[in-house]
Amino acid sequence: MVKELKAEVKNLNFYYGDVHALKNINLPIARREVTALIGPSGCGKTTFLRCFNRMHDLYPHNRYEGDIILYPEKTNILSQEIDPIEIRMQISMVFQKPNPFPKSIYENVAYGLRVRGISKRQVLDEKVEKSLRGAALWDEAKDRLHKLAFDLSGGQQQRLCIARALATDPRILLFDEPTSALDPTATSKIEELIIELKNEVTIIIVTHNMQQAARVSDYTAFMYLGEIIEFDKTDKIFTAPSNKLTEEYITGRFG
Amino acid sequence: MKRKTSKRIKEGIIETVLFLSALSSILITIGIVVVLSYESFGFFKEVSLKEFLTERQWTPLFAEPKFGILPLVSGTLLTTAIALIVALPLGLTVTVYLSEYAPHRLREVIKPILELLAAVPTVVYGYFALLFLTPILQKFIPDLSGFNALSPGIIMGIMIIPYVSSVSEDAMKAVPMHIREGSYAMGATKLQTAFKVVIPSAFSGIAAAFIIGISRAVGETMVVAIAAGMLPTFTVNPLKPVQTLTGYIVQVSLGDVPHGTIEYKTIFAAGMTLFLITLVFNIIGFWLRKRIREAY
Repeated sequence: MVKELKAEVKNLNFYYGDVHALKNINLPIARREVTALIGPSGCGKTTFLRCFNRMHDLYPHNRYEGDIILYPEKTNILSQEIDPIEIRMQISMVFQKPNPFPKSIYENVAYGLRVRGISKRQVLDEKVEKSLRGAALWDEAKDRLHKLAFDLSGGQQQRLCIARALATDPRILLFDEPTSALDPTATSKIEELIIELKNEVTIIIVTHNMQQAARVSDYTAFMYLGEIIEFDKTDKIFTAPSNKLTEEYITGRFG
Repeated sequence: MKRKTSKRIKEGIIETVLFLSALSSILITIGIVVVLSYESFGFFKEVSLKEFLTERQWTPLFAEPKFGILPLVSGTLLTTAIALIVALPLGLTVTVYLSEYAPHRLREVIKPILELLAAVPTVVYGYFALLFLTPILQKFIPDLSGFNALSPGIIMGIMIIPYVSSVSEDAMKAVPMHIREGSYAMGATKLQTAFKVVIPSAFSGIAAAFIIGISRAVGETMVVAIAAGMLPTFTVNPLKPVQTLTGYIVQVSLGDVPHGTIEYKTIFAAGMTLFLITLVFNIIGFWLRKRIREAY
């Protein structure tokens, strides 16, 4: 079903201490396409997303089982031998709430490069401009690059966070309900941006907004109680789901 | 109906009591400022402001008295600066460790112990500086006099660490987790996250903590009175004995200076100067907090 693989999840189980949060998940991630994770609150979609950049390593008593294989070199993201920092250098994330740092717009975008030890002005300048253009923020921000990021509006802040994530040329970009704190205008801007970005990067997006999943994604996985109930092309999921539970969810009968 | 009225009276009484207690603190502050100003005014009738600010000697108890406040101010600022040089890196390191690295259980043990440092009487710190630290320092710095600015400065720095790190740790803990996660998600290490994101985010709180620390060091009396010597010297050399504003006030208040004399009034002039210095630091602290909050 998937043309070209960027990543493949194999028999993934995840535990918060004794709580078995993700149950035997298998999922292909298509290269340079948008994969949406949908499902009711508490179904484990955000937990699943945070496995891709090993965010769970930040807290004690979390445990992964299974593999997430990254293509083409087939490294296992979840391998204990791989430093989570290495993974996060390649897989960026945009969060639910815009979370710019208390720095200038410029330094926010340059942050990922700076922590990698890049400090050459010319390289930073180029990357910052390219990333801000990529996040459709350049025109609004170019005259105030050295002003604090908090002066931007909520929608602009979220696009700044996208620019920050793009600056390090990630191989996968993770979105965790990126528009849940934004108004409709800002939301549609971000959605356009996501569709644009898939030309360059593989995207996985968690959303509780089904229309959003239908608008932006190519593939959709429906999750329920820590399991993937159905995975298919987005058109198929929203027009002719094969599972009864999926149908009930997308027609709004529960969730 | 009757119950309602009695309730209202009760509320009224409580409100009045609360208002009066709030008012008392304001009245006491105003009272202090008035007395300070009145007595210093008496002082400045006899000594010109020009002499007070430009004369480089402070010898009010001599037969030929000189009234230059500069030696006392320099002594105060010198010991405070040394304290800050000690407290800033040490306090910040402790804070980062407690807030970002220490496991929960260890923090619950370390923090109270650290706060215990604040419970040590300052007179103990003073003798610690004079009889323990100074002899040790003299082994490395032969030029160091028995009374000096360095040793009490260092001890004051250690003394204010609990204040500084306790308040700044609270500020760092208050930085929301999703800001830290944003940094980790960019591939930053713990150390990078702490210094590049968490500290700047908590900057107003940390700055406020250090202002509290500075105010304490400026106002500290026992440590400098015991270990810094009682010699008003206009110097920035930390190896020499110095006297601070507080040290001078103690020295004169303990002696039998008759009420109303010029010597007596010097205490208030020194007190007024001390008050103005701490006021400046508090204003800086207030301004810093406000500026950063606006930035958010």
